Amino acid sequence: MRPHPGVWSRPSRPILALGLVGASFFALPFVALLAKAPWSSLPEFVRDDDVQSALSLSIITSLITTFLAVVFGIPLAWVLARSEIPGRRWLRALCTLSMVLPPVVGGVALFLALGRRGIVGGPLFAAFGVSLPFTTSAVVVAQLFVAMPFLVLTVEAALRSLDPAKEEAARTLGGSNWYVFRRVTMPSIQPAAVSGLVLTWARALGEFGATITFAGSFPGTTRTVPLATYLALENDLDQAILLSLLLVGVSFGVLVGLRDRWIGVAFGGGP
Amino acid sequence: MISLAGCTAVVATLSACGRSDSDADTVPVNVFAASSLTEAFARIEAAYEGEYPATDVVINFAGSSALAAQIREGAPANVFASADLATLEAAIAFGDVAGPPQVFATNTLAIAVELGNPKNIRNLRDLAAPELIVVLADTTVPAGKYAAEVLAASGVSVTPASLEQNVRAVLSKVALGEADAGIVYRTDLASESNAQAVDIPTDQNVVAEYAIGSVTSSDDRPGDAAATAQFIEFVLGPAGRSTLEAAGFGLP
Repeated sequence: MRPHPGVWSRPSRPILALGLVGASFFALPFVALLAKAPWSSLPEFVRDDDVQSALSLSIITSLITTFLAVVFGIPLAWVLARSEIPGRRWLRALCTLSMVLPPVVGGVALFLALGRRGIVGGPLFAAFGVSLPFTTSAVVVAQLFVAMPFLVLTVEAALRSLDPAKEEAARTLGGSNWYVFRRVTMPSIQPAAVSGLVLTWARALGEFGATITFAGSFPGTTRTVPLATYLALENDLDQAILLSLLLVGVSFGVLVGLRDRWIGVAFGGGP
Repeated sequence: MISLAGCTAVVATLSACGRSDSDADTVPVNVFAASSLTEAFARIEAAYEGEYPATDVVINFAGSSALAAQIREGAPANVFASADLATLEAAIAFGDVAGPPQVFATNTLAIAVELGNPKNIRNLRDLAAPELIVVLADTTVPAGKYAAEVLAASGVSVTPASLEQNVRAVLSKVALGEADAGIVYRTDLASESNAQAVDIPTDQNVVAEYAIGSVTSSDDRPGDAAATAQFIEFVLGPAGRSTLEAAGFGLP
């Protein structure tokens, strides 16, 4: 059953043709990956130590990133959606800038901020001997920098489309701020938060530019699946293809699982 | 049909842009060169274009193995200058580059440290200290392979913090002050004002042989082959040799 039979009439032939060209443009590279995949070397690939360490590193770091994104991102979304602080538009642009910047720019900026000689990292290193670059923590920082905006944007949009009267009513009935947030606000924005969470995780999993710049590339410590894929491209094309397919499979699964949900949320519509 | 024609026009325009940004009557020579050649080849490019204004030399610098992979995937290269013989020989074996390889320069390794050498690193053995942050190139690129050879020959075991994709990334980590030391080519340090060299004695060092060849898989246009051969000759000739020598390279 289509929602609006009048509008959703059969598209005209040129539109259909152009649309299909567009679709095949996206489909072709993935079809090519599947077609060229060296399935015979799959058992060897699965057992490969480097692949296993890259994969477990990727999973662990992207999950930690997602957790930290919730801790900082949801309050940030709340500030952007509800508070009356001056320059909120500027703040929002700042907090989502890393979505559109080349990640390698993020990596360089992170170096200058949090590296041993960085404006924050420098004093930290002098005082505690803590140095972030080349550590697994640096991988998480790089991922968080690039991926957290996905959660912030989706949750912020959901908060803005939420009718404040509901929360107001709960508060009038004697609910504490925390109670209202937990029992009224959270359940209403939950679908958006889940979409944002999954997108953040998928983006963190695929992070490359900021990671290789800020965290370097070392097996087991900082060499995540995207970095391993890039390296494999130069000396082991079979492995590069299989690693790529792995990332494609996970990301595709995420997007299919989310269906159309996040698009409406992230770009202004209600959930 | 109209839309299809429009698409074709757009694609044609895009590929024309990709070709070259210079005048239509200059012949482009695309040179894929190892990142350790960055300064030397930039100078050779300027000298060459001064002598042959009809040629537009465009250089793509990256790790030798990245360049070899790009060429294998059909990147529009005319000349391949690798930081080792093995990578060029492999490209020849794939049929991507016309043999035989011609060695045009040699290089040795050095330890890159911060200015003033604050960690007082004097030799390869010092790199084994666990509190040092040492960055090496990955063994898939020549600089990393040579570094591993040098360390193994001296019996030094180093735990690097990172294995970078090309030698310039190693140097920049030291120059930024994020790494205490790295192993790079001696010539890399000539161009870096934020790092200095600790020499590795000849008996512990390796001699890296830089080899050059013309790429066979490029989509040749009239004049390309001649310009390509001329550029390679220029690198191998007196002008190329003196530029390379001034940049600190050894000559074959």
